[in-house]
Amino acid sequence: MNLKELQDISKIVRQDIIKMIGKAGSGHPGGSLSIVEILVSLYYEVMNIKPEDPRWEDRDRLVLSKGHGCPALYSVLARRGYFDTDELATLRRLGSILQGHPDMKKTPGIDASTGSLGQGLSVAVGMALGAKLKRKGYRVFCIIGDGEMQEGQIWEALMASIHYKLDNLTIILDHNKLQIDGPNDTVMSLGNINDRMTAFGFDVYDVDGHDFDVLIKTLRSENNAGRPKFIIANTVKGKGVSFMENQVGWHGKAPNAEEVNKALMELGGEI
Amino acid sequence: MENMKSPRLAYGEALAELGEKNEKVVALDADLAHATQTAIFAERFKSRFFNVGIAEQNLMGVAAGLALSGFIPFASTFAIFGAGRAFEQIRNTICYPNALNVKIVLTHAGITVGEDGGSHQAVEDISLMRSLPGMTVLVPCDAIETKKAVFAASNIDGPVYIRIARPVAPIITNEDHNFEPGRANVMRKGSDVAIFATGLMVAKALEAAAELEKEGISASVVNVHTIKPLDAETVLKEAARTKKVITVEEHSVIGGLGSAVAEILIENMPVRMKRIGISDVFGQSGTPDELLEYYGLTGENIIKAVKDIL
Repeated sequence: MNLKELQDISKIVRQDIIKMIGKAGSGHPGGSLSIVEILVSLYYEVMNIKPEDPRWEDRDRLVLSKGHGCPALYSVLARRGYFDTDELATLRRLGSILQGHPDMKKTPGIDASTGSLGQGLSVAVGMALGAKLKRKGYRVFCIIGDGEMQEGQIWEALMASIHYKLDNLTIILDHNKLQIDGPNDTVMSLGNINDRMTAFGFDVYDVDGHDFDVLIKTLRSENNAGRPKFIIANTVKGKGVSFMENQVGWHGKAPNAEEVNKALMELGGEI
Repeated sequence: MENMKSPRLAYGEALAELGEKNEKVVALDADLAHATQTAIFAERFKSRFFNVGIAEQNLMGVAAGLALSGFIPFASTFAIFGAGRAFEQIRNTICYPNALNVKIVLTHAGITVGEDGGSHQAVEDISLMRSLPGMTVLVPCDAIETKKAVFAASNIDGPVYIRIARPVAPIITNEDHNFEPGRANVMRKGSDVAIFATGLMVAKALEAAAELEKEGISASVVNVHTIKPLDAETVLKEAARTKKVITVEEHSVIGGLGSAVAEILIENMPVRMKRIGISDVFGQSGTPDELLEYYGLTGENIIKAVKDIL
């Protein structure tokens, strides 16, 4: 796909996110909008998948450890053909296949149920170990949040991924620098993540998390033998909607009807 | 003295034997492989064993990931760290996703951990594990039953918790004994009172029943090796015949076997009942036998309880 096509899809995904959360009346727009380019890159350009066969054994896996960003993932999965786009309007409704946080038993294409922060990366480590044990070549991608890195279990899983030399694992940090109670550095500083991850033994890539060229190149490139990758994707929370960008208040708040319209206008309406 | 064997050792041996038969079986531990006895498996199947270090939360998550890759992971540590510290990981990454096929085998459960003291004595694990939808909870009573529980768990498609105690324990079952998860074993049939026991307490219940017989009191002893799904049919049948029920467990009286039996009885057939267990307190240091005595988990105390409700 060319850049224009990827950007157009991203725009549609952002519109979906706003519409879905607006209709649901609850959800997490900020951290959904920040991971759009990461997900579009993965599902349209990087991952080896078969949307018509979501449980295909040789597929690449994605674990969205920061599960609250799922509106973005649901939109990408629907647009990619895993399920009907009509389902998007049912987000968070009773009986919906689209739960408030990813539920693998309900949503085609979800590889692991997540939502309780800090737990998904361990599952990704287990999947990567499993692939090696089966001598399968598929890759495992895991998106974590920066606030999520305050969970102790993340560090347990980071250690394990280095210890087991998981060169089929790529960790992507959605580094939008904000969490519910404020900036990461105010709530609980993460220090210099690049230095810390390098010291752990990761091959660290510090990239613009909204730049398709660099994202796709970094995600596609093979891991160095015996080394998991850690991509710091520098992102903007609420990206694409001016009044949500870098605003901590939009972490977990739904836009009202007026705000939905305003956001959709900014996102270019119909494409 | 009767035959004794460590149920932990039986677990380690059974796991290795299972590993031989089924190459999908993998094992994980959190730096306690020599205590839980997963080390036996580790020595034989090096590439299928993962020691995640002292990181129980990660232990459960990695096990979930391996289950999602088609393996049958057995994850082990002490009961307090597995069922306690990693409770939410078991809930949210093993049970909630899709009842993932992870076997959680936790040793050093109950007060018979002994000298390490109350911080290490899980008396809440059965309660926690049985509250999880889709979880099977097995509490074998001796080494022979432990082996059967391990093999049975591998045939269940879904999460299973197996609770194992630390001390060597008398062998009170035999190889021919039927072990079917969800089907309690009536070890002794009586008419005056039904004693439902689980784990190490089954032996104590049998001791008590033998003593009671000398005094002309006829007691049933039911080995409830499966707390969930509980064998309601056997519970009701025994309660109907005896009209008096005692439960005995090396676990808090809140939420364990006693609660499970009471739940069935109160809705179907209320009868006089007494629960023997840890009475809503924490444990402490001591030898296992001293602690069993101190907390009233003895044949003597079972006899006393029977006489109280007769």
